[in-house]
Amino acid sequence: MIGLQHYLVISAILFVMGVLGIFINRKNVIIILMAIELILLAVNINLVAFSAFLGDLVGQVFAMFVLTVAAGEAAIGLAILVIYFRGRGTIAVDDVNRMKG
Amino acid sequence: MIHVFAFYLFACVVIASGAMTIFARNPVHSVLWLILAFFNAAGLMVLLGAEFIAMLLVIVYVGAVAVLFLFVVMMLDIDFAELRAGFVAYLPFGAIMAIILLMEIILGVGIWQAGPIQFAQRAAPAAADVPNIQAIGALLYTRYIFLFEAAGIVLLVAMIGAIVLTHRARGGVRGQNIAKQNQRRPQDAVRNINQPVGQGVEL
Repeated sequence: MIGLQHYLVISAILFVMGVLGIFINRKNVIIILMAIELILLAVNINLVAFSAFLGDLVGQVFAMFVLTVAAGEAAIGLAILVIYFRGRGTIAVDDVNRMKG
Repeated sequence: MIHVFAFYLFACVVIASGAMTIFARNPVHSVLWLILAFFNAAGLMVLLGAEFIAMLLVIVYVGAVAVLFLFVVMMLDIDFAELRAGFVAYLPFGAIMAIILLMEIILGVGIWQAGPIQFAQRAAPAAADVPNIQAIGALLYTRYIFLFEAAGIVLLVAMIGAIVLTHRARGGVRGQNIAKQNQRRPQDAVRNINQPVGQGVEL
């Protein structure tokens, strides 16, 4: 039978996948944003799994707020990416420290 | 039986597509794998009985966020081969960090003992006979109404922020000046003349 631990392991693997994505795609900020989305998805799976197994709906309400913040973060992140690309013609983020104002 | 099969199917696909999201060479393929991951995570949530969050994942993530990613990936003209230059160099360190992190999390989950669960202390017990969406709606529009409106403000700020960041005023565009249009009177625009026959019109 599928228990809470199964969902927690899935969520942990997905979370680690997101962290690994940030590590290995250090230059490509689009993939980094997608890896952050994967991390937030893992968090949502965790919240919903606990909510379902404890019979408490607050976890699902909280997952909805996490989703809201994730959507806003993606929009702002991509907007910053677009203006960064407009200014420099590349999105390599390892020379962002040259950007002074 | 079908429940177990569906769980393992969704779990395997969500992990495989998560891996393909970060390992794919082409960012467009990355976005498509991300969409597959979201769909299968929505399947997992349906298995858990959280239909509302599952539908929200499909509608909001696949319908809005992933499409936004696709727009940006396709709009920017980027040399992606150059961006992957450090990929192999970063891989061993990243893999070591990921394995350590995964071991720690699984160890933590394995030895986690919460003790007997205090079902009486649940903040919002899920009633057995009420559908999931109805129960969440009843909770969200009563007890968490201010939090719900705060989420709306977060989205509004994100929207205004994205517009302000990416907006640029273009020169040489003929816009509509409504005040100038309203100030225009017929005597300024129309002229009655008595035009003699056989002579050209003077404008």
